[in-house]
Amino acid sequence: MRRAVASRRRGESIIGFSEAVSLTLVRLAGVGKIFRSLQGSNYLAVHDLDLDIEAGEFFCLLGTSGCGKTTVLNMIAGFERPTVGKVEMAGRVIEGPGADRGVVFQSDDSLYPWLSALGNIEFGMRMRGLPRAERLERARRHLDLVGLQGQEHKHPAELSGGMKQRIQIARVLANEPLMLLMDEPFAALDAHTRAAMQRELIKIWRATRKTVLFITHDIDEAVILATRIGVMHAGPASKLKGMIEVTLKDAERDRTHDRFLGVYRQVHAMIRDEVAIAMQRSQ
Amino acid sequence: MYRSVTRFGGYLVGFASLFALWHVASVYLLNSVLFPPPLRVMAKAVELAEDGTLWSNASVSLQRIALGFLFGSLLGIPLGLAIGSFAIVRRLLEPYTEFLRFIPATALITVAVIWFGIGEGSKVFLIIYTTIFIVIINTAAGVSAVTPNKIRAARSLGASRAQVFLFVALPATLPYILTGMRLAMGNSFVTIIAAELVAANAGLGKMIWDARLYMLVDQIFVALLVLGLLGFTADRLFRWGIYAFAGRFSPLT
Repeated sequence: MRRAVASRRRGESIIGFSEAVSLTLVRLAGVGKIFRSLQGSNYLAVHDLDLDIEAGEFFCLLGTSGCGKTTVLNMIAGFERPTVGKVEMAGRVIEGPGADRGVVFQSDDSLYPWLSALGNIEFGMRMRGLPRAERLERARRHLDLVGLQGQEHKHPAELSGGMKQRIQIARVLANEPLMLLMDEPFAALDAHTRAAMQRELIKIWRATRKTVLFITHDIDEAVILATRIGVMHAGPASKLKGMIEVTLKDAERDRTHDRFLGVYRQVHAMIRDEVAIAMQRSQ
Repeated sequence: MYRSVTRFGGYLVGFASLFALWHVASVYLLNSVLFPPPLRVMAKAVELAEDGTLWSNASVSLQRIALGFLFGSLLGIPLGLAIGSFAIVRRLLEPYTEFLRFIPATALITVAVIWFGIGEGSKVFLIIYTTIFIVIINTAAGVSAVTPNKIRAARSLGASRAQVFLFVALPATLPYILTGMRLAMGNSFVTIIAAELVAANAGLGKMIWDARLYMLVDQIFVALLVLGLLGFTADRLFRWGIYAFAGRFSPLT
């Protein structure tokens, strides 16, 4: 029933329903992805993967390195196509990248060094032909939202790693996508900046209630951020191993809280063997 | 402030030492009419400047460089962009670029004169030839150096393929284009003199060749001095232009 509604509704209407009923926004069914190397050999990254992401949830996809979690994100973003199976958004097959899915990359090389912070944030709106006044207003608002007041005229080269990731987040949010796809966006940051960014992201998510797919290999990060965690098998031929609902309250999303540690142990128990397998295979 | 003083001062001392070394070598080491000291060369330069020969020859050479450099760049940039953007264009044009860039413009001087005559045509052709390949190769390299994430980000922010080219690939490639043009500028100075030495009715190269016939060594050195100064100035102006107008298009980060 839920699926039927999701497949009939267009993207915009989904969000309206998300508060009341949980609806599937993204669906992967029987998805497999084979990469062909230059030598001609095939690498089976993902095999027979099923995954539903519901509108309004903060979904963390957790996995060891090389488990194909970025491949999953790239297929939803439309950067890559599945070799077999279906990848759908709001009931429609994803054909390519689109402004309804905003991507935050791990590396800041996705920013445009010739544009100011504000120029980077309004880039998407400029490409989509929004009037200048509206663009600037929205870009400024989102610059404030990510805590970069007064930095609008700085260029990426003048900003720290954390600030650059803030610009990436603001750039995507200002474009008002249906969903955020975040590919280990804080992995390159130092521990303190990462913790601060995680807190800010929770705040932003509470304020906007966008659907988020967040890729990470860090259990801590997943437990702090997610409303649901999907754990992946070690690659190759990876698929989902299990799901864990995270029902922690705000105050409990603290690395020293008992309930936090409870969830942490649960996730850790699920991924422990996969880490061992991944380590063995990489040697 | 302090830094700009030391920088300017450094240049000044550097240039002064160059002229001092020249003076010492000419007066004390070789002491020959065949190697005039800087002051005599400058006196000759003033004389040639006053009777107009220096300016007319220098301006002829500069005009040839400017024309050839302009057309070479105007042709080279779009070709480089196309080669860098489309694999099929690269395969079609690479035989031309990879073959022709190893034939130096100086080797084509005689052919150019036979085809286009002794006047401006052959000179401008040679400068275009010497400019175009460096600009093409640098531009194409710049296009392929655009990080895939920049393009992916633009696509998922709603940019069309044409917009990605215009607003991402082009500005990201600009520093490479400008570097190619700067290298081409240096080559143009080499090529124009060689071309004018072999066959020309005016220009700094012609001035050197005429002076050789009458053993006017001073005049040869005036031309050499002017060449060095013009090349240096052109390069500085270009670098300054890059810095002023395209400094923010840094290829880094």
